[in-house]
Amino acid sequence: MKEGFRQAMAWLHTWAGLVFGWLLFAIFLTGTLSYFKDEISHWMQPEVQAHAVDDARSLGVAQNYLQHVAPDAARWIITLPNSRDPGLLVMWQDKLDPGKRGNFNQKTLDPTNAQAVEARDSMGGEFFYRFHFQLQMPHPWGRWLSTFAAMVMFLALITGIITHKKIFKDFFTFRPRKGQRSWLDGHNAVGVLVLPFHLMITYSSLVIFMTMVMPAPILASYGGDARAFFNEVFPASNNAPAQGVPGKLLPLPALYEQARAQWAGGHVGRIAVNNPSDVNASVNMFRAGSDKVVHDFGSVVQFNGTTGELLQVSDEQSLPTLVAGGFFGLHMGHFAGPVLRWLYFICGLAGTAMIGTGLVIWLGKRQLKHAKTAVMPFELRLVEVLNIASMSGLLIAIAAFFWANRLLPVSFAERSGWEVQTFFIAWGLSLLHAVLRRGRQAWVEQLGFAALLFMAVPLLNALTTSQHLGVSLVRGDWAMAGFDLTCLASGAFLAWAAWKMQRRTVPQPKAQRPRPLHLKQEAN
Amino acid sequence: MKSKPSLPLAYRFAVTSRVLAAVIGGYLMASLASICLALWLPTSRADAVITGMLSSFVFYLLAMLWCFACRTAWRAWLGVMLPSAAFATLAGVGFWMTRT
Repeated sequence: MKEGFRQAMAWLHTWAGLVFGWLLFAIFLTGTLSYFKDEISHWMQPEVQAHAVDDARSLGVAQNYLQHVAPDAARWIITLPNSRDPGLLVMWQDKLDPGKRGNFNQKTLDPTNAQAVEARDSMGGEFFYRFHFQLQMPHPWGRWLSTFAAMVMFLALITGIITHKKIFKDFFTFRPRKGQRSWLDGHNAVGVLVLPFHLMITYSSLVIFMTMVMPAPILASYGGDARAFFNEVFPASNNAPAQGVPGKLLPLPALYEQARAQWAGGHVGRIAVNNPSDVNASVNMFRAGSDKVVHDFGSVVQFNGTTGELLQVSDEQSLPTLVAGGFFGLHMGHFAGPVLRWLYFICGLAGTAMIGTGLVIWLGKRQLKHAKTAVMPFELRLVEVLNIASMSGLLIAIAAFFWANRLLPVSFAERSGWEVQTFFIAWGLSLLHAVLRRGRQAWVEQLGFAALLFMAVPLLNALTTSQHLGVSLVRGDWAMAGFDLTCLASGAFLAWAAWKMQRRTVPQPKAQRPRPLHLKQEAN
Repeated sequence: MKSKPSLPLAYRFAVTSRVLAAVIGGYLMASLASICLALWLPTSRADAVITGMLSSFVFYLLAMLWCFACRTAWRAWLGVMLPSAAFATLAGVGFWMTRT
């Protein structure tokens, strides 16, 4: 800790960034991939075919299917297909004793023939989406940790701005091929260029989980009855209980038309039916997120399922819910069309790059001091290993996840679980590799391997499915073709990065230095 | 900047103390501040609660910045606990008023 406000903030930026940098890198990269969640899922479940969207037909098919398969369920949830996600998803929750929550079952249907699609068992893009805020940890710890990481990110951004006083002058300075200086210029450039995005994405991630991480005002204001608050803010959570008298559910497409009329032609995204076989059934129609930027938590039209009586329509949003919903909607980006979605993706990559360059700078600065001595202190070696495993290792893990999707047999038991296992096994092996190899060597090898895996993805797709680039491009299946092409481009970029790393190793004699250390360790 | 092995133990304790003041003390202060907003804002109850939650993160951030900007670790605690006490009093009055 040094005297002076700016120095203190620089210290805070450095250390907060280091300690949470690895985790934040993983959160940012997987979160960025989540912007193409549906497209990734489409690639990972090529059996789900895209059809012209016809909501009335889809809804009829879903209702029919659920009526046969789960007439006594506590709740049905139907997610309608849209232009990005062609699957008609139906979920139902088993009825259990009051107070207990039943299991959720889910199936993807083909809206044209009303059959369940026999798609390979895979989490698809949902895995990255879930991982980026649950971190594969038991509920709710992953959410707490990722939200705390977001708070540290917020702190690192603000301290970064304070530290970096010449924000606009430096912005136009980029000094390539200057080693450490170039990394810092790059860190500042990606930081400042998309600063509004960084601030938005970080603050909004806090807003998304605010009722979980900051429950004090709810408890104080509602006298400990959090339920009352949620019923007030989310009207859809306030549903009539079952009466125990059997009833007949009205056809959903008719209610669907009424809901759309309420929203002046807005789209329905999801339909929830509570107690579908009861006389007191209730139908909640939720508005599609793609309709508006501002997410409206209460945007629901509720009907009585047997009489069709309109029970409630959400009111206009107040300013605070508008702000919260606005941040929520901006973070999720459901409203974004193809161009804006790519912009989101690029901004997300810039954020990931900012974190990555920051970690590299931390190590580079300190390594310089030890360049003359042969021995690298333990803490620097630790940071080096974690840098390699958290960055290039994660890239390998992501590629391995895609490879597992194509190579694991479709009939394999626990298939989607094994895809996830492959992801973590590959990540673990990269960590082991980083421990065993010298720093720059490990970088080159891991980046090179990741490049190979990504570049071969289109080939792998061509060999294992009938949806290779020749087919998908001709048919105009842009999600499928875009995935292959993006993997190819990512692979090419990683190959370039590996090549740069490799080339820098050769002329520097000091790269040979760590070797005596290795021998010494063996001698011990 | 770097915690070399030569750094005295007292320095490490001071840094640990600041971190605790920032993370735990800061959270306490942010919670109390958001309770105050939730109880005192003249909007509807749900809106006041949402405003309280939305702004709590800014209070948390300011508390964290203070904990590392001030001169000593003691000041860090003081700077977090004094506003906390003030917010707690204000919240207590608000709570008592809604109850009676």
